[in-house]
Amino acid sequence: MSSVSLTNPTNEAFADIKEEISAEEAADPTKKKLGVLFWICVAWIVLVALAATFASLLPLPNPDLGNYNSAQNAGPGWGHLLGTDDLYRDIFSRLIYGARVSLVVGFGGALIGLVVGGIPAMFSAYRRGRIDTALNTGSYVVLAFPAIVAVIAIVSFWGKSLFKITLVIGLFAAPLIFRVVRASTLSYATRDFVLAAKALGASDRRILSREILPNIMPTIVSFGLIAVATIVVLEGSLAFLGLSVPPPTPSWGNMLNEGSSLLTGAKGQTNPWLVIFPASAMFLLLISLNVVADKLRAYFDVSDIKL
Amino acid sequence: MSGRRLLEVEDLRVSFATPRGPLRAVQGVSLTLDQGKTLGIVGESGSGKTVLSRAIMGLLPRASTTQTGSVRYDGTELLNAPNDDLRKLWSTHIAMVFQDPMTSLNPVQRIGNQITEPLKIHLKLSKSEAKETALSLLMQVGIPSPVERYEAYPFELSGGMRQRVMIAIALACAPRLLMADEPTTGLDVTVQAQILDLLSQLQRDRDMAMILVTHDLGVVATRTDEIIVMYAGNVVERAPTNVLFKSMAMPYTEALLKSTPRIAEPSHTRLIAIEGRPPDLLNPPSGCPFSPRCPYAQERCHVEKPPLVEAEPGHSYACWYPLTTSDPAPSSPQPDPVPA
Amino acid sequence: MTRYIIKRLVLLAIIIIFVSIVTFFLVHLLPGNPTDTILGPNATAQNVATLNRQLGLDKPLWQQYFIWIGHVFQGNLGQSYTTHQSTTTIIGQSFPIDLELIIFSQILAFAIAFPMAMRSARKPNGLFDNASNSGTFAMLALPPFVIAPVLVLLFAVHWHIFPGPASYVPLTQDFWSNIHTMLLPSIVLALGGIVVYFRLLRNDLISTLQEDFITMARSKGLSDRRIMWRHALRPSSISLLASAGVTIGSLIAGTFIVELLLQMPGLGYQLISAVNQDDYTVVQGITLFVAVAIVLVNFIFDFLFTIVDPRIARE
Repeated sequence: MSSVSLTNPTNEAFADIKEEISAEEAADPTKKKLGVLFWICVAWIVLVALAATFASLLPLPNPDLGNYNSAQNAGPGWGHLLGTDDLYRDIFSRLIYGARVSLVVGFGGALIGLVVGGIPAMFSAYRRGRIDTALNTGSYVVLAFPAIVAVIAIVSFWGKSLFKITLVIGLFAAPLIFRVVRASTLSYATRDFVLAAKALGASDRRILSREILPNIMPTIVSFGLIAVATIVVLEGSLAFLGLSVPPPTPSWGNMLNEGSSLLTGAKGQTNPWLVIFPASAMFLLLISLNVVADKLRAYFDVSDIKL
Repeated sequence: MSGRRLLEVEDLRVSFATPRGPLRAVQGVSLTLDQGKTLGIVGESGSGKTVLSRAIMGLLPRASTTQTGSVRYDGTELLNAPNDDLRKLWSTHIAMVFQDPMTSLNPVQRIGNQITEPLKIHLKLSKSEAKETALSLLMQVGIPSPVERYEAYPFELSGGMRQRVMIAIALACAPRLLMADEPTTGLDVTVQAQILDLLSQLQRDRDMAMILVTHDLGVVATRTDEIIVMYAGNVVERAPTNVLFKSMAMPYTEALLKSTPRIAEPSHTRLIAIEGRPPDLLNPPSGCPFSPRCPYAQERCHVEKPPLVEAEPGHSYACWYPLTTSDPAPSSPQPDPVPA
Repeated sequence: MTRYIIKRLVLLAIIIIFVSIVTFFLVHLLPGNPTDTILGPNATAQNVATLNRQLGLDKPLWQQYFIWIGHVFQGNLGQSYTTHQSTTTIIGQSFPIDLELIIFSQILAFAIAFPMAMRSARKPNGLFDNASNSGTFAMLALPPFVIAPVLVLLFAVHWHIFPGPASYVPLTQDFWSNIHTMLLPSIVLALGGIVVYFRLLRNDLISTLQEDFITMARSKGLSDRRIMWRHALRPSSISLLASAGVTIGSLIAGTFIVELLLQMPGLGYQLISAVNQDDYTVVQGITLFVAVAIVLVNFIFDFLFTIVDPRIARE
């Protein structure tokens, strides 16, 4: 079998059709654009990811240990861009290191969900049969169990660590991703071009990866981003409840927790910055993820009627 | 009261704004209708006949629709009139029977309520008065055991009965002009005849003016006083019904007639379909819109668009080489008249 | 209709059994031993054995499960190791607070989302619609743990409009004070609901308004208002019921967060305290209770469909 698939024509026979299509697209003023906002949000996500990854290379004060030479609960200033917290730690630095937690759990959890849920979903939807029915009912049953409660219980019994949180959340995301990927695969598995590939003798694996996967990719990507956003919220909620990574590791959620306890001055001091900055960071990240996911979905949605 | 001019349409043009440019659905249609008379509007899907009927009534969405020309009901200008004014006329003066009763009836409301609704709102009838009137209407449209059917939901009725309910709703406030948009499409052939007969009878009883919109020439053959044939948003032929069938001028009309299957023909007679497809209303080709598919088309037809000309009193057509003049095409015989 | 109900009930039973099994085995299959935790590192082997026997931990796991289920059906969810209150009492005292919070916040969410959606659906892509869509989109990025501290900062600390943490007053004690303390957390929890309800209702209304029977209703000369309320709304409300069921899950998370933040003694507060004190029976009991409650609520909402749309019931 050559490397040509029916949904991705590359040889000359299809070249002129492709040319015609792209000429038509260029002439069509209604071709959906992703827009400036989309790219701004992508840039933000990339920026946060880069900062988090290379945090140790940046000239940042130590996020975990306080510097007693600095002020306590200071507002933004020269030495500390976003101020310090209750334990004399630099907020800006903690914010950047905290991004690691949100992004690792978010993308890592989504990835686990995709692998554990998405891949079996494709095979299950394509092959059908008893296994498919069992898995589908199973996913329905697992989804009935409210995730937050389960994760709280599991983390409380098993212990807190970045790895454990990512794994548990990812496994809980799996049934949901399973259902979405299964539904998508089903809608393509019955189409003629798949039948044609089958008749040409292609193996299941080849059909799934060459014919079906490229078609369901848009759905997976945009739903995947929503999953990331949801997982980031879940982790943040857990961190706020004190059930995410153990201190002193910063996470935006537990920073908000600390900030909340400092709000009323019950500890003798107040520090609104410890609430404002993590909240803003979280807000910007979530909005960016949602905007990117939504624009991608709209861009690829063929059923979007404009009239 | 018969004979009074009820509806006057002058050069009605309707176009929709689409991302690819304006879609000219109706390109200059004029017609008149008197009380007690029936007008048939015939054309394929995409000919603009449904848009025309909705535009006359004023039901098209205002945003992204451009309507020019004039539509006068009993002297009052309807086109682009404010919705509040139109609402006063709808149901009480002009009513419409829609094409698909399954989707046009509210699926989660009992049919009794759907009939009494205009009665209570427009005629200000009390609940019991309205119910009585509704039951009487159900009987008039030929629905057996109306008292039981009154409480039914649309999905509990057969297609023919749903259509009768639609007619009952349309007639509830005794309108003077009834518009029926493909009232029999999708129904069994036997039921079709019943519904059409019902409409004709009701029209006679109430002395209404009626417009029958359909793609089937057979439907309008015996039930209309005048027929308009539409193609690609234009009127291509207009004539009193018997004149049209006796001496149709436009090749499209002939083709429409030929493509109607008839019971009298022996079984397995090949269906004659009109070759080709209707033109793109976004980019109408120059010349006569039917020319790409016309078996008699000549050079001039492809280049110049023929105007609608009243060749004989009451009979207009838009064709450079109409069938009744000299130049018949070599291979086609004269059309036979439709048996009444 | 009855076949439909029976099918759903069977599924419900399966799910609840699954939930109970998972909840039970949470404690027992994960690393760590309740006995060690209770007695601490200085326990003698004797004490450990005695406690094991007392807690029934020396029996085979399946037996323990059934014993536990038996207790649950008798209303016995065990006892807190720290306060020695029965778990059922703890749940009984804290649950009403959550209930009030959830009901209050969802009423608020609905009261805001409903008129917004109706107005938006009348003129899709108009000014109001675009503003509403952007606004609700922003709300997606404001989950409880983000917006609650901010709102407390602004409204409680800065402007003193609402009371701050640890100021909860029970409904039975003082009605108006109770409402006063409930407002801030309800606003926090309502945000998620507004997004979901608005979107679903707006989209459903818009697509319903394009249906043929709406054109027919218009041709009957009915006013826009009547068409909206009497004809468009009912078929559209089905999705709304579906969404009400779905938001329950995230609602619970949000409730726990606001409870912790504002120190309201609800289930979340109790749960987190129990977690921090390694009070396993309480954690297990509350988890079971909340999980079963959510499953039941979803089931009830599912069931309500059949009443709203007579078509589904006949299937």
